[in-house]
Amino acid sequence: MSSRDTILKNITANKPELVELPAIDLNTVIQYNDLVQQYKTVLQSIGGGTVELQDLSSLKQELESRKAKGDFVVNRIAALGEVSDSLASLTADELAAVDTAYIQGNVAVAENGAIWLYESNMGNRLLPFICQHLVIVIERKSIVPTMHHAYQQIESAKEGFGVFLAGPSKTADIEQSLVIGAHGARSLIVYMIG
Amino acid sequence: MSHTSTLKHAEAAAQFINDEPRTNWHDETLWFVRQKRDKAAHGLPEWEQLREWASQIKNHTLSNLDNYLLEFERNAKANGVTVHWAMDGADHNRIIYDIIQKNNIQKIVKSKSMLTEECGLNEFLHTKGIETVDTDLGERIVQFRNEPPSHIVLPAIHLKKQDVSDTFHEHLNTEKGNNDPQYLTEAARQHLREKFIESELAITGVNFAVAETGGFVVCTNEGNADMGAHAAKIHIACMGFEKMIPKAEHLSVFLRLLARSATGQPITTYSSHFHKPREGQEMHIVIVDNGRSRQLGRADFRNSLKCIRCAACFNTCPVYRRSGGHSYHTAVAGPIGSILNPNIDMRANADLPFASTLCGSCSNVCPVKIDIHDQLWKWRQVLVAEGYVDTTKKVGLKGMAFLLARPRLYRFAGKMGRGVMRLFPWLVNNKLNPWYKQREMPAPPKQSFRDWYLQNKK
Amino acid sequence: MHADEHSHIKNEQMKVGLFIPCYIDQFYPNVGIATLQLLEKLGCHVSFPLNQTCCGQPMANSGFASLSKSCDKNFVSNFRGFDYIVGPSGSCVLHLKEHLHDEQHPGEAEHIRKHVYELTEFLVDVLKVEKLNASFPYKVGLHNSCHGQRGLHLSSMSERNLPAFSKPQQLLNMVQGLELKMPSRPDECCGFGGTFCVFEEAVSVKMGKDRIADHASNEVQYITGGDTSCLMHLEGILKRNGSKVKTIHIAEILNSNA
Repeated sequence: MSSRDTILKNITANKPELVELPAIDLNTVIQYNDLVQQYKTVLQSIGGGTVELQDLSSLKQELESRKAKGDFVVNRIAALGEVSDSLASLTADELAAVDTAYIQGNVAVAENGAIWLYESNMGNRLLPFICQHLVIVIERKSIVPTMHHAYQQIESAKEGFGVFLAGPSKTADIEQSLVIGAHGARSLIVYMIG
Repeated sequence: MSHTSTLKHAEAAAQFINDEPRTNWHDETLWFVRQKRDKAAHGLPEWEQLREWASQIKNHTLSNLDNYLLEFERNAKANGVTVHWAMDGADHNRIIYDIIQKNNIQKIVKSKSMLTEECGLNEFLHTKGIETVDTDLGERIVQFRNEPPSHIVLPAIHLKKQDVSDTFHEHLNTEKGNNDPQYLTEAARQHLREKFIESELAITGVNFAVAETGGFVVCTNEGNADMGAHAAKIHIACMGFEKMIPKAEHLSVFLRLLARSATGQPITTYSSHFHKPREGQEMHIVIVDNGRSRQLGRADFRNSLKCIRCAACFNTCPVYRRSGGHSYHTAVAGPIGSILNPNIDMRANADLPFASTLCGSCSNVCPVKIDIHDQLWKWRQVLVAEGYVDTTKKVGLKGMAFLLARPRLYRFAGKMGRGVMRLFPWLVNNKLNPWYKQREMPAPPKQSFRDWYLQNKK
Repeated sequence: MHADEHSHIKNEQMKVGLFIPCYIDQFYPNVGIATLQLLEKLGCHVSFPLNQTCCGQPMANSGFASLSKSCDKNFVSNFRGFDYIVGPSGSCVLHLKEHLHDEQHPGEAEHIRKHVYELTEFLVDVLKVEKLNASFPYKVGLHNSCHGQRGLHLSSMSERNLPAFSKPQQLLNMVQGLELKMPSRPDECCGFGGTFCVFEEAVSVKMGKDRIADHASNEVQYITGGDTSCLMHLEGILKRNGSKVKTIHIAEILNSNA
């Protein structure tokens, strides 16, 4: 018998009697009066920054001027101008040189600062991790209270890869001292539009 | 039967405590993590409800595990992922080695996976002449030092920054004596970025596997799992079969609990959902049993398989904080390790369920409500019944039980002055008298309560 | 909770069996005396069954639950027929509640499991004590024993997100002149742990030393608690180190004369 069949047979023999799944009642979970304020507070507490904007015009200008200066920036947001769409063919070595990546976020979570990104927003799965600095743009109205609400909004298996990303890369592996910028992005700024 | 087995943790712990300032530091550092966990948990009014949901979801999953695994396999295969099944550690290691050989792989990076530690993957590959680079900062530090991790979430928590500085000076040529964590982390970042970029194979663990989608979720703060998995042409994800959950929506419950319980963060920086290999990439999942199906059959112990490896029970455990992870001599230390490891090897791990005061704090912090301290108690009964407890303990307790079951004899022993101590073998029934080493004995009073009662009340 | 179902019984009609754990009987008779006097002051009809020995916990917690069967039998034969069984030890009471069985007298064993009380929970939940005529003009630190707290729920636990309460604290607050001080880690284990105290001597003593240091930073004169085993362990360390801090069982404080 194969390992697979032996394992499955042993599980079938040893598992307990079927018990029911619980019903998850969202009325019992935390509520926030001000989702935007809550989001900002949490993201700051985990090392990220937030900027509130009416529209994208100033961010668009900033991006253009950085490009003009010759900074290696990658834009994945159509509303900000030309989109870098040949990222899939870039190697890790090449992507490692990216200074700042601009990526659209789909849903943001007030309780923990996380933002859901689909693979298609990234262009290359490696981009939000390997870039030195990360900028994510979200709509104010896309902020939901908790992870329960977030999973109702997204379809986590729609694409080959997706991530809840909360703040810049960090570690506390040396004496529990928090250091921002472990392997991934050294900074995260979230622009909240609307 | 090993007569010394019950002393193994105790001996290692005594050595650890020999350096008292360092023990204090270890205790306080982990207590600080426990306090951060408290703050995060107390910040959610529904915390206890969340724990209950998580517990019930896991109980349900264990009760239908075979079907969920089949559903997971079917969906993962449809997503273009290759699924492997491993009976034990050796099987797991061989599957990975076969993939390495078939693809002629030289460069391997690995993010944190306690399962690969449990299976001894690094050591196995080393014997085959293959080196694996651990990419979690804490794991890289202990790997340089040829030590195992001492904690499943904070692998280098037993080390101080001077130790890390010395290690990095030796291996990464950092400045001697520069102990700044920022500086040392930056050195590791540069070193490991090179490793990510040149890697051909990335091995990761799995935090949650979702039956409904065939996908799996990997959580890190550093981003090392993603850096490896998205850069390499082959990704192997290794999981114990208990990582299964039914639906994607259940991830909300577990992701809310995991980081808050582990470090007090509201969520880990990255919660990555893998479903399909990227174009041109190979993705493998290795599903491992290694004793888990046996544990599933032990009614008293099966719910230890609910564990999501947050290590909250480590951080709260007053014994762990004062004895260090290495004193548990297993890949998974701490209270949860002490109820998991006797299942894997009763003889080798017979000491672990006794390395606890049964204070119960572990069960209180557990986000999936495993009755850890009750299982420690139950393992003690099993280990004694199976003959894995050393004989001096047995003789002492048998004598005690004999006396305590016989009221007249009990009173007679009590009246014999110092003989009273015979009642309490833990006080004297040992030539070295471990009670007396650092503690005074209670002074035997003139009369027992019973004698007083007879004199004054009858 | 059985307090309400019996609230119609007046204190003097209650037949209370006094359970004095073996090491209290042998080493700390004053704890037994204080418990008895306190219950009598509060109007209970108390008797002390003379052939009691031990609850069986030391064996069971060491993995020898099978050896404690005859202890269980002896316990049941001593304590059957009481309305309540009260003992000044959270740990022993918890053991009885969880593990007392007697194949020949299963109903009586069950009655005992359901009606055995640790002293402070009996005072608060059953007698519903609201004032005490006691005085103890000292600075006192309270040690929450793990089995009393996490096992018997004598007080809320720092790990859980539930409303705060404490039965021992509630009672100590009724004592005149007593200045109560809580350690910075309000419910960390002292390290006694039954046979753990000798088989894991180094960790046990280190835990005890750390508990003492936490209390000492509050400059307490006494450390009190509901479990003599914890206090015996802490006392042993205090005495060895020549400390001026003393240990005292909560029964002795609650029974102290004004």
